[in-house]
Amino acid sequence: MKYVSKPVRKKDAFALLTGRPVYAEDIAGGDFLFVKVLKSPYANAIIEDIDITKAMEVRGIVKILTYKDVPQVRFTLAGQTYPEWSPYDRLILDRHVRFVGDAAAIVAGENERCVIQAMRRIKIKYKVLEPVLDFLEAKDNPVLVHPEDDWNPLVDAGGDNKRNLCAHGKDSSGDVNEVLSKCDYVVDETYHTQANQQTMMETFRTFTYFDAQNRLNVLSSTQVPFHVRRILSNALQIPKSRIKVIKPRIGGGYGAKQTAVCEVYPAIVTLITGRPAKIIYSRREAQITSSPRHEMQIRVRIGADKSGIIKAIDVYTISNTGAYGEHGPTTVGLSGHKSIPIYGKTEAFRFEYDVVYTNKMSSGAYRGYGATQGFFAVESAVDELAHKMGMDPVKLREMNIVKEGQIMPAYYGEPNTSCHLDKCIARAKEIIGYNENALRKDLGGGIVRGIGAAVAMQGSGISNVDMGSVTLKINDDGFYSMLIGATDMGTGCDTILAQIAAEVLMCPVENIAVFGVDTDASPYDSGSYASATTYVTGNAAVKTANALIEKIKTAGAKTLECHKEDCVFDGKSVTDKNTGKSVSLKDLANSNMASGFAIEATESFMSPVSPPPFMAGMAEIEIDTNTGKITPVNYAAVVDCGTVINTNLAKVQTEGGIAQGMGMALYENVHYGPDGQYYSKSFMQYKIPARTDVGNIHVEFDSSYEPSGPFGAKSIGEIVINTPSPAIANAVENAIGVRIRDLPITPEKVLKALWAKEKGIEVSSHES
Amino acid sequence: MKIRLKINGKDFAPHIYPSMILLDLLRDLGFKSVKRGCGTTNCGLCTIIMDNKSVLSCSVPAARADGKEIYTLEGFQDKAAEIAEFLADEGADQCGFCAPGFVMNVIALEKENPNPTEKEIDEYLVGNLCRCTGYMSQHRAMARYFAHKQKEA
Repeated sequence: MKYVSKPVRKKDAFALLTGRPVYAEDIAGGDFLFVKVLKSPYANAIIEDIDITKAMEVRGIVKILTYKDVPQVRFTLAGQTYPEWSPYDRLILDRHVRFVGDAAAIVAGENERCVIQAMRRIKIKYKVLEPVLDFLEAKDNPVLVHPEDDWNPLVDAGGDNKRNLCAHGKDSSGDVNEVLSKCDYVVDETYHTQANQQTMMETFRTFTYFDAQNRLNVLSSTQVPFHVRRILSNALQIPKSRIKVIKPRIGGGYGAKQTAVCEVYPAIVTLITGRPAKIIYSRREAQITSSPRHEMQIRVRIGADKSGIIKAIDVYTISNTGAYGEHGPTTVGLSGHKSIPIYGKTEAFRFEYDVVYTNKMSSGAYRGYGATQGFFAVESAVDELAHKMGMDPVKLREMNIVKEGQIMPAYYGEPNTSCHLDKCIARAKEIIGYNENALRKDLGGGIVRGIGAAVAMQGSGISNVDMGSVTLKINDDGFYSMLIGATDMGTGCDTILAQIAAEVLMCPVENIAVFGVDTDASPYDSGSYASATTYVTGNAAVKTANALIEKIKTAGAKTLECHKEDCVFDGKSVTDKNTGKSVSLKDLANSNMASGFAIEATESFMSPVSPPPFMAGMAEIEIDTNTGKITPVNYAAVVDCGTVINTNLAKVQTEGGIAQGMGMALYENVHYGPDGQYYSKSFMQYKIPARTDVGNIHVEFDSSYEPSGPFGAKSIGEIVINTPSPAIANAVENAIGVRIRDLPITPEKVLKALWAKEKGIEVSSHES
Repeated sequence: MKIRLKINGKDFAPHIYPSMILLDLLRDLGFKSVKRGCGTTNCGLCTIIMDNKSVLSCSVPAARADGKEIYTLEGFQDKAAEIAEFLADEGADQCGFCAPGFVMNVIALEKENPNPTEKEIDEYLVGNLCRCTGYMSQHRAMARYFAHKQKEA
């Protein structure tokens, strides 16, 4: 292959690296009103009265909106395919505010300073209610987060707002209790994963204005432009035909921008005032009113027979969706549906979940989307099982992992069509220097090193839901335009999709200009999430490029006055194989400009399956037992994402995911005070890994060939965050003999566990 | 109030308000490479060079820039392109939002220490956060860049 499996530079690399103005805030010039949202100081309260008179007197203030000014129809901010699984449980502004930071008023003025000044002068009388803050006590709590009668789930996800239940579900195969009762070894433990912020460097931001056709234009840093169009239509109660969403370059997303966190606020200001409006979240706002990872508590029961065959896995997850249900009913599913099927010899499984509302920030989509939480629990439990059996934890995995060709009952009954997980484990062992008798190394002075392992999988798009489309057309001199609806948010999909098309069209990647995304011009794509783009939209790129070649041949046959069936296209020219006469693509493209026949094609793709990528991650960490501090030293990650389309970008995705996972494992945590106030408001209180915190991350690929993928490819984006938390927790136990079941594994928890071990007492593992 | 300063070799005399932050002034004047990532001096996105020192413009009052000589990445386009070659070859750009601040600090490092060890590179650039890359690709790119500069020297 000429263009696939190559380290092609990103098409936008030089613009980004030299600081060209390409992001939303850089390109939105002009006379914008500055918009800010006044936030509730209470976790649960009813607005009894709002007085804006004093605020309106501030010079420069143009509009202040309250709950009286917005449509009274509930909607969701979740960027999902219609009908969304997330319930319609929001208003733009609601009298009932449900978390500290919930929107109480929208203020628009000529500049940021006057808006801030006006916000201080808005007088609100709240009736403060008791909040539900502990998600373990939320279900059937007398305090209801959503007592309203117009709570509106479009899909029956088992939720009931009168029980604080956003969703409930169950799936099983075989009799899990029966099989577990016959197991020689059973581990039954409960794990807790915290909420994390995606902390993309570019916070949420949106610019709105009316264009010459009086349509609402929305320039937004989003992963889901087409879903944003629907969300705004629902929120503003205006037809979708009046809305156009444009995606510029994006400064990171990782799932955060799969929720329309900020779009509705400037949009309603523009709609009401007719003026262009902009909102730019400060880091503080992005920390306290956004869409972090769902906090989960996961109970795992896992059993094996004497020989080490894992016979049954039972997973029960409680997920905290916060004040609103964005991605609540769906993220939880992955905590079991991705973690259970990686073990291929089970005779029974059960997976049950409750998703509960609480008076905390609404959760959302974060890379891994529930699978990350599930793998922390199951992969920790597998190590605990191995220790109980006196078996090497990696050997236990090697004996039990799912094999290529197997049907995976816990993965919606899909077949495992491509899988090199066994090879990934073998190679990761080599890289990290795995020796089952030397997982602990005492360096003296209280410094101990440990090695721990974990395996993981994910999906490649959502089967039967995610859709990608690509339009290709030929221009003068024979260069191509490629229009996509998938959103490059730094991942490099503009380049990756061009590589795929270039491979089919047999032309240099530079010969394809990529355009995306504008909801008027781009062909439909559900958006860049669920690890979908390379697999789903990549397949659409293959289909479209092949369709375009047919059109090129049709045009060539006309010029050469021969049958299309006799034409051969080699990327540069069309040749009549009978006569040897040929016409160059350049001449063909130029003459075609006056032919009445457009050489362009659009094709779409949706997959009935979601082939999982697999990986093995092994961590070597250093623990200072004097302080409890953990430092990552080496990390071996070996990934089977099928054919690697761009060798550089896949590697960097993996390194980045591992580093984010280390933050999750060791310190990142959305902290709350006892009354639901936030403690993690800035990068001072919410530390993310710096370059000296990640050790040496060593990434390799062992590629299977996925027959349904573009050139054999599967996904890469999300799986890479799934192994650090369990691998590090397992390394901790291997190093110092204590098991931390509650993320993040902070020095305090390590020390506490060490003291408890010394004194032989049990400590509670859950603290929020 | 009015201040006078030099930005990328050109004279400016903008009107500022007393609480104005240098980051906002620079962006208002059109230097869009300067990005805000945190506002609390933790992320390095707003790195500029003021009187030959790399500083975080989110924590400098605009008034303090009176009489100063400032460089943003717009003023180092050739150098940025040279460094970009190495980063692009590693795929280290990703979303790119942290890139201008990062490249500015690399330029500052090179001025201070033209032949840094790999450890010195990491330690100098530690304040430049990146959420996409996991830093490895930036590390490889910068090791190669400085090795290349040594060969040239």
